[in-house]
Amino acid sequence: MAPVLETRNLDKRFGGIVAASGISIAIRKGARHALIGPNGAGKTTFVNLLTGVLRPSGGEILLDGAPITNLEPHRRVQLGIARTFQINQLFADLTPIETLGLAVSERHGSGRDWWRIVGSRAGITVEVAELLERFGLADVMAERTATLPYGKQRLLEIAVAFACRPRVLLLDEPAAGVPEAERHEILATIAALPADVTVLLIEHDMDIVFSFADRISVLVNGELFVEGPPDDVACDPRVKAVYLGEALDG
Amino acid sequence: MNNKIDTAVTRFLTNRARIGPFELAFWIAAFATIYLLPGRHLILTEIAIWGLFALSLDLILGFAGIISLGHAAFFGVGAYAAGLLAKHEVIVEPSIALVFAGLVAAALGFATSFLVLRGSDLTRLMVTLGVALVCFELANKFADVTGGADGLQGVSDHLAPVFGVFRFDLFGHNAYIYTLAWLFVMFVLARRIVNSPFGLSLKAIKGNALRSSAIGIAVNWRLIAIYTLSAGYAGIAGGLLAQTQAFASLSMLSIDRSADVLLILIIGGPGYLYGGLVGALVYRLLQDFLSSFSSRYWQFWIGFVLIMMVLFGRVYGGIIAAVIIGATIWFDLSPTWSFLVLGLSLLVLGLAREILVKWIALAEQQVSTWLSRVWTQSKSTIRARLDHGAGA
Repeated sequence: MAPVLETRNLDKRFGGIVAASGISIAIRKGARHALIGPNGAGKTTFVNLLTGVLRPSGGEILLDGAPITNLEPHRRVQLGIARTFQINQLFADLTPIETLGLAVSERHGSGRDWWRIVGSRAGITVEVAELLERFGLADVMAERTATLPYGKQRLLEIAVAFACRPRVLLLDEPAAGVPEAERHEILATIAALPADVTVLLIEHDMDIVFSFADRISVLVNGELFVEGPPDDVACDPRVKAVYLGEALDG
Repeated sequence: MNNKIDTAVTRFLTNRARIGPFELAFWIAAFATIYLLPGRHLILTEIAIWGLFALSLDLILGFAGIISLGHAAFFGVGAYAAGLLAKHEVIVEPSIALVFAGLVAAALGFATSFLVLRGSDLTRLMVTLGVALVCFELANKFADVTGGADGLQGVSDHLAPVFGVFRFDLFGHNAYIYTLAWLFVMFVLARRIVNSPFGLSLKAIKGNALRSSAIGIAVNWRLIAIYTLSAGYAGIAGGLLAQTQAFASLSMLSIDRSADVLLILIIGGPGYLYGGLVGALVYRLLQDFLSSFSSRYWQFWIGFVLIMMVLFGRVYGGIIAAVIIGATIWFDLSPTWSFLVLGLSLLVLGLAREILVKWIALAEQQVSTWLSRVWTQSKSTIRARLDHGAGA
């Protein structure tokens, strides 16, 4: 099957530092693809390249076979790539209702509407209500985001990306920093994402990766090191070596 | 269940745009001044124009987070546009000329909006200041068009009555009604815009531009749109001043004016649309009041008020400033002595700020618990009386 998102020989250099070098990954439709690697392997750089926050120094990014390498970040969202951030990027002064309402109304193209009152389009409010319920945010929907518990903020982080109805959802360490007690809610939410949404999970926590992913790419020093199904990657001695901190040989 | 949430969502979102009793009272009072304060129409016209100008700044500062120290560029360009249109008999109908003045200012806003897209607040301050300086010197240089330092003369010669009927009279009655009507229409429009999805997206951009683009908002285009609109608003305010005073001058483009409008908005509070109007009223009345005591040094007191507001918040800072300034007036201190008193208070209050803020918060808490206790007590007393009355 043709991949939904594909990179070809993606490079990114910051001056003399190589953050991504010749990365070619193909993510097939509906996949639960995980991207792992030690600290500083270039995982977040790779996400920033996919979403357009950074421009690559070389190579290509294709969505459904069409190049999106040089599109603005918001255009990529409109085409169906949404992401969450490792460190919350939310609207501190807005409520979950407004945050999700924004994302939904942008998708409906009414973000340029300067005349109608917010909340006057029935289709949008129904969708916002569904999202609030799906992500367990209904009981805090009218509170300022800044005052929400951290776990709820993490859920909102995923919800607002999901509100863009992405075909590819990039989750950048969705459970990072969440206390153990609230962790399961986030993992259950991720597990319950619709099957037709392709998910690329960037994660540190191997338990999460191996319980969730059907394919794993290992990034080391900005290069694609190993790729394959979870069982193969788990058994790969080179991956073990990287994660045990042993020196790499050539 | 889902239906219930949906209703709550709709109610929550549309509630923001509902017209409150205070708002209604504000505008009724504003229009009542037409009949109730006929002797004050000249200063009220001025206040309304400052209010509209500050509203234009609020659109970018309060709602999109773009700070400007050169907003007078658009005000002045609007003023000269309106003045020139009348002087050269291009458009003699004031209301149509004013629309054009707004469009000219908006065009300048659009052209310079690209400069404010990137960078920090400091960059934006410098860029907007630079644009205003350039406009000022251009108007100064091309004196054969603008009248240079003498100002633009001969505006009144050809300015027709509004709608061919209402001539700008000497006492400024018609000018005030005309200005107030413009302010109202522009305010209603602005209110509508900030409560639209577009307006909400501006708030989002102000809050977090990175996330905004990550949910598909074209951040730069939204900022360009609001900056252009804000420039148009400022141009209309400037045009109103030129028309009602039948004069345009370099001071309308000056840095002083840019600083004053920022001051007015900060005094009134950005981000809720009324800040500019309230600020203009307070600022102008304060100026009038203070200059009756000391016509030369009134800005000294304004500066004091501003510092107090920054240190202790708008309400408490205002109260503290009012008490201290009131004391200097009550004891009839000479300017030298009141400078000394205010300077000393600045020093003491500045040093003791942390403690005072803590006290204020504590007092606030105690007052609110006391109030709620009184409230519940009186409620139960009333209920007991009623029950007793019903029983007997």
